[in-house]
Amino acid sequence: MAVATSQFTLKEIKHRLRHGDTIFDALTLIAGSLALLTVLAIGWQLWQESHLTRQAFGWELIFSADWDPYGDKFGALPFIYGTLQTSLLALVIALPLGLGISIFLAELATPWLSRTLGFLVELLAAVPSVIYGLWGVYVFAPTIVKPIGETLNSIAGFIPLFAGSVSPQYSRLAASLILAVMILPTISAVSRDVFQAIPRAQREAALALGATHWEMIWQVLIPYGLSGILGAVILGLGRALGETMAVTMVIGNNYNLTASILEPGSTMSAIIASQFGEASSIDLFRSALIEIGLILFFITLVLNLFARLLVWRVARRVPSEMRV
Amino acid sequence: MFKQVFLFIALLAFAVNVAACATPTAAPTSAPVKVVETKVVEQTKVVEKVVEKVITPTPGPAAPKPGSIVINGAGASFPYPLYSRWFFEFAYVNPAIRVNYNPIGSGGGISQITAKTVEFGGSDAPMTDAEYDKAKGVQMFPIVAGPVVPVYNIKDDAGKMITATLKFPATALGDIYLGKIAKWNDPVLVSANPGVTLPAKDIKVIVRADSSGTTYTFTDYLAASNPEYKTKMGGANKLPKWLPSTLAGNQNPGVTALVQNTDGAIGYVEISFAKEGKLPYGSVQNKAGEYIIATREGVQAAMADFGNDLGDKLVASIVNGPSKTTYPISTYTYLMIYMDQTDCVKGKAMFEFFKWAMSPDGDKFAASLDYVPLPDAVQKLVEAKLSKVTCQGKPF
Repeated sequence: MAVATSQFTLKEIKHRLRHGDTIFDALTLIAGSLALLTVLAIGWQLWQESHLTRQAFGWELIFSADWDPYGDKFGALPFIYGTLQTSLLALVIALPLGLGISIFLAELATPWLSRTLGFLVELLAAVPSVIYGLWGVYVFAPTIVKPIGETLNSIAGFIPLFAGSVSPQYSRLAASLILAVMILPTISAVSRDVFQAIPRAQREAALALGATHWEMIWQVLIPYGLSGILGAVILGLGRALGETMAVTMVIGNNYNLTASILEPGSTMSAIIASQFGEASSIDLFRSALIEIGLILFFITLVLNLFARLLVWRVARRVPSEMRV
Repeated sequence: MFKQVFLFIALLAFAVNVAACATPTAAPTSAPVKVVETKVVEQTKVVEKVVEKVITPTPGPAAPKPGSIVINGAGASFPYPLYSRWFFEFAYVNPAIRVNYNPIGSGGGISQITAKTVEFGGSDAPMTDAEYDKAKGVQMFPIVAGPVVPVYNIKDDAGKMITATLKFPATALGDIYLGKIAKWNDPVLVSANPGVTLPAKDIKVIVRADSSGTTYTFTDYLAASNPEYKTKMGGANKLPKWLPSTLAGNQNPGVTALVQNTDGAIGYVEISFAKEGKLPYGSVQNKAGEYIIATREGVQAAMADFGNDLGDKLVASIVNGPSKTTYPISTYTYLMIYMDQTDCVKGKAMFEFFKWAMSPDGDKFAASLDYVPLPDAVQKLVEAKLSKVTCQGKPF
C-alpha cells in the first residue's frame, strides 16, 4: 500500500483516470460542496439583506406583536407563533396516523393491498400545495374544519387555546389540519420503508418468545426503527414549517397575536408570500420580511440539528439494547 | 466487485444524463427554424392586411420582425384583464411590438419602474412624494377607471343566500370596518333596507392580505365618507392595520373565495371578480345622499366630479364625489413611464401602444370588460403630457 502511494507516477495517474475513480470522486465532491455552499450563501444573503431592520429594531422584531408596515412597525411574533403552532399541531395529528398507516402497510396488509395503498399514499405527496389550498378553501375548511372547530369551542372554549369563534373554518386549526394531510404521506411512506427494512429475524425472534402481534410491533419494531421514524418526522416537520401556499389560503392571514387555534392567524412563510410583492418598494419593509425569512431559516436549522442529535443518540442506543 | 458495478452504473447514469440533456437541444435547433420562418411569412401577410385597413403612421423601413421589440411592464393587478386584452389586440395592429405585463401589485410596479427593470409600471395608488424622489422623471398617466364594490354572503334564517342588492348608508361601510356595526341586523342596515329581512348574524369582515391598490381605493372612500374612520385609521392606505378579527385573502380571488365560503361575510373587490364569483354587491350612498350601484355611468360621474383637478402629476382621488349620480368607490388606474426615454426604439413603440390604447380602438375593449374610459377633458390632459415624452432629450 505504502509502495503504491509513493510511486505516484504517470502510469499510476493514467491507471486511475482510466478507471474513472478520480473524476468520479471529484464530481461527487463538487456536488457535495455545492449543497453546503448553497446553504451558506442563502444564510449569508438573508443576513446581509436584513441589516436595516436588524439595526433599527434588534430583538424587538422577534418579541413584538405589532405588525403595521406602513406605520413602520414590524413585530414578527404572531408569525413565529403561527408557524410553530401550526407545524407542531400538524405533527401531533399526523404522526400517530402516519405510523398507523405505515404499520398497516408494512406488517398487516396483504402484499397487493399494501402495494396499492402505498402507491396512493405516495401520490398524496405529489399533489401540489396550491391544489391542497384550493381544496382547503372551498371544501375542507367549510365542511370539515368548521364543525370540528365549533365542537372544540363549545366543549373546551374556556381554555385559551380553544377560545374565540370569529371564524373556526379559516383559522390556525384549518392550517394545521391541511398541513397534517400534507405531511402524512411523507411520514407514512418513510416509516413504511423503515419497517420493511427491519430484518425478519427480529420479528421471528419476538414471535418465538410468545409476543403477540401488538407486542412485536410496539416493543420490537418501533424501538428498532426509531431513528428512521425520527427521520420521517424531520422530513414532515420540514415540509410543515416551510409550507406556504396552502397555509396562506386557509389560515385567514390575520396579523394579531392570539393564543387560540380557532382564531385566524398567519405564518412566517405566509406573510412573506402575501406581502413581498409590495414590500420591494420600501427598504425597511423588505428588510423586515427578509429577516423573517432568516428567522425561519434559523428555526429550521435548529430543529434539524436537534432532530439529528436525537437520531444519533437513538441510533447509538438501540442496537445494543436489541442485542440483549 | 460490488463497488465497480456501482461505479459503472453511476457512470452510465451520468452518460445517459448527458445524452438526455444533449438530444433535446440538438433536435429542436434543426426543426423549429422552419416553423419560425413560416410564421414570419404568415404574420407579415396579416400585417399588410391590417396596415391597409387601419390608419397607421408611416409604414417604416422594411417591416421589422414580429415580436422583435419587447416592452416589459409590471404592477397593479386591478387592470390586468384589460391590459392583457390590449396586448393581444395590439399584436394585430403592430406585430413588431410585444408587450409583457406582470401583475405583481401596485407597490411592485412602483418599485420596478424606480429600479428601471421594466419599461413601464402600473399602479392604482398615486406615488408618494418619497417615491417620486427615488424615481426622478417618472410620470403617472391615468388610463382607465373602475369601481370597487362591497360584496357579501349572508344566509337568511331559512339558510338561503340573500341575493338582493343591499343598500349601504354613507357611514355604514366605515362603521362595519371599524367594528361599530357588528351584526347584520344592526338598525342602521335594517332601516336602509326595508324589503330585506337581515338575520341576527355577526358580520365577518374580510380584507386583503397583500398590500393593494384596491384596498387603497376602498380605504380612501372609508376615510372620505366616515370621519370617525379617518381619525382612528387614517386616510387611504394600501395595507392598513385592520381590526383584530378580520379575515384576509390574497389578491382579488382570495377575497372572493373567503367571502363565498363564509356565512355573514363582507368584503371588497374589483367589480369583475364580484360578477365572476357570482357574489351580490351592494349599492352605496354617495355624498349627495343617493344610493348608487356600480355602473359605467356612476364611475363616469365620479371622474367628471374631479376631472379638471388632476394637476401636473395627473393623479386624483375620485372617491365620494358630490354629484347625484356618482358611484363613490371609484379609482383611476395609472401607467408610469419616464418622461425621457433612454431606448428610442422601445420608447417609440411604447408611445405608439399608449396612443392606440387611449384611442377609440382601445376604449372599446375597456368598455367590454367593465372598465370606464377617460372623459374627454382628462384624455386631452393625458395626450398633451404624452406628447412631451422625449427620447434622450429629443422629441419623437
